[in-house]
Amino acid sequence: MSSVLILVDHVGGVVPKAIGELATFGKRIGSVTAVICSSKSQELIPQLAPFAIDKIIVCNGIEFEKFSIGAAAQALQAVVEKESPKAVLISSSARGKEIGGRLAVRCNSGLITDAIDLSADVIATQSVFGGSTTVHSSVSHGVPIITLRSNSVDVVAASQVPAIESLDVTFDGVDKAVVTSVEAAVKGGRPDLAEASIVVSGGRGTDGNFAPVEEFADLVGAAVGASRAATDAGWYPHTHQVGQTGRTVSPQLYVACGISGAIQHRAGMQTSKTIVAINKDPEAPIFDVADFGVVGDLFAVLPQASGALKQG
Amino acid sequence: MLAKELLVGSIQTMKIAVCIKQVPDSWAEKKMDSDGLLDRAAADAVLNDLDEYAVEEALKLVEANSPTGEAGEGSGHTITLICMGPERATEAVRKALSMGADDAIVITDPALIGSDALATSLVLAKAIQDGGFDLVMCGTESTDARMSVIPAMLAERLGFAQLTFAGSVALDGASILISRQTEFGVEKMIAPIPAVVSVVEKINEPRYPSFKGIMAAKKKTISIQTLNDLGISAQSSWSVVNDSAVRAPRGAGIKIVDEGEGGKELVEFLRERKLV
Ligand SMILES: Cc1cc2nc3c(=O)[nH]c(=O)nc-3n(C[C@H](O)[C@H](O)[C@H](O)COP(=O)(O)OP(=O)(O)OC[C@H]3O[C@@H](n4cnc5c(N)ncnc54)[C@H](O)[C@@H]3O)c2cc1C
Ligand SMILES: Nc1ncnc2c1ncn2[C@@H]1O[C@H](COP(=O)(O)O)[C@@H](O)[C@H]1O
Repeated sequence: MSSVLILVDHVGGVVPKAIGELATFGKRIGSVTAVICSSKSQELIPQLAPFAIDKIIVCNGIEFEKFSIGAAAQALQAVVEKESPKAVLISSSARGKEIGGRLAVRCNSGLITDAIDLSADVIATQSVFGGSTTVHSSVSHGVPIITLRSNSVDVVAASQVPAIESLDVTFDGVDKAVVTSVEAAVKGGRPDLAEASIVVSGGRGTDGNFAPVEEFADLVGAAVGASRAATDAGWYPHTHQVGQTGRTVSPQLYVACGISGAIQHRAGMQTSKTIVAINKDPEAPIFDVADFGVVGDLFAVLPQASGALKQG
Repeated sequence: MLAKELLVGSIQTMKIAVCIKQVPDSWAEKKMDSDGLLDRAAADAVLNDLDEYAVEEALKLVEANSPTGEAGEGSGHTITLICMGPERATEAVRKALSMGADDAIVITDPALIGSDALATSLVLAKAIQDGGFDLVMCGTESTDARMSVIPAMLAERLGFAQLTFAGSVALDGASILISRQTEFGVEKMIAPIPAVVSVVEKINEPRYPSFKGIMAAKKKTISIQTLNDLGISAQSSWSVVNDSAVRAPRGAGIKIVDEGEGGKELVEFLRERKLV
């Protein structure tokens, strides 16, 4: 059975659930080989245990954390040449897409980004134009390189213990950019935006008071997002911004509180399965995309909703 | 040459290329044509708004390193816009010229219709190579393709350093320093020139073209080039769209007015849908 490569990326040493999703998609196509391009492989390997992975290849010889994207693409190319896979799957983070882009150039292969589904014959499904159009596409040249959005599939469990191999690579120096310092975003106790099945977001309407948003989010196990108006005002960290220039999320449920629904915000949340909006302006454009809208004051509606949830 | 030797580590003349794209107006409704391509004729065309930040940052870099404090002639540096797209992309290019860029190259060719990221990056990279640029500035995303991959692919093709998603850019001798904003935090990076830099929209506030700028832009050179002129024959795509379907629009949702029970009604809705 020919293999599918999945790139194991991590956030500060933590393997996201998205990698389990890549393995799940990969299994539809062939056996799954996970590729680790990180000096933290010892930390990462045990975290892969729950996922459907047949083999792990650890790339050694490059200070990946220092050289970042160009180096990861180079190492991945070495694995592609060794394994001749049926496809390479990468998660659709900003970094993942850039690694995919560079790999596509290196392997002279087609690239499809932001897929939400993938079939056994490597046909990708994408949702474009703010979710209004569904597209099926496939790569016509080279090894298909496909980046997949997280939260797209239920993760299937491991069926075996993977074999572990290593591959020595030497950095070719093509990308001379060097990371000199990293200031990781403070991670609270809440789920990550890309992974959460519920996202509750606050906008300018919160007037800087995110307490009711956070209370409701915690009761339903949600991640907290924010509009750019809220992040620009310094009410919430920039890493929580949802939208065109922030994160793209597609959870089961998105709750927009005090957010008008500007096109740039909608670009990051419009493909959510169910959208709920609370806004005191009945004309707010967010209601055009909402499955359930409450015209009202978020400072009244959210605490009452939280109260109802607590009563069970 | 001697002068250049004496100025080791500092940039005497910078040749900056700014990659800008003409896109359908993001407020306009987008649809696919029967070939699975974006129907560009159906929408108004504008300058990709995220590319305005790249033009602005290029102008700022030149102004900060110009004896006159201004871009243009006398600054010792040049800013060339590079745009691949249909011929009417020149409208979007004029706008960026009126902000203060010096000249432009528009690559247009019927063979490029339906180009994907591989083709686009190949063509842009050739134009950049031919022009001998030191620094390539990009936006982070085109509002139609929304892939955010062209800058990284350009860096790979050109062998330039990749400094993408920059929230700040500074020149230090022959090196560029950026802070990179990612979904996970802030990274600081450094690279020698030549480099490809893409900038996020928080980096600056793009200037409005002045009347003087608009008048001056009318006289600036836009060189129109075909694939033949560039001496390449690119295939237009490495992937195919098998089919596309317009999804049924979201049915008009339920909208209630809070009259004291809105929060409870909301929770009822969520429980009915088994969302909580
Ligand atoms: C290049 C560019 C990129 C951008 N990228 C993004 C992006 O990634 N993400 C993003 O979000 N924006 C982005 N924006 C900004 C975007 O255009 C909007 O300005 C922004 O989304 C507005 O945020 P908001 O909805 O919170 O604020 P507003 O538009 O001011 O809306 C606030 C809403 O709150 C309601 N409200 C007020 N008080 C209450 C209350 N007590 N209870 C209930 N409702 C209340 C009001 O009726 C109003 O509808 C971008 C803009 C540009 C130019
Ligand atoms: N056809 C094009 N012509 C010139 N620049 C482009 C073109 N397409 C993309 N770019 C540049 O690449 C950036 C990222 O675009 P994309 O990868 O398409 O999301 C844009 O902000 C532009 O700076």
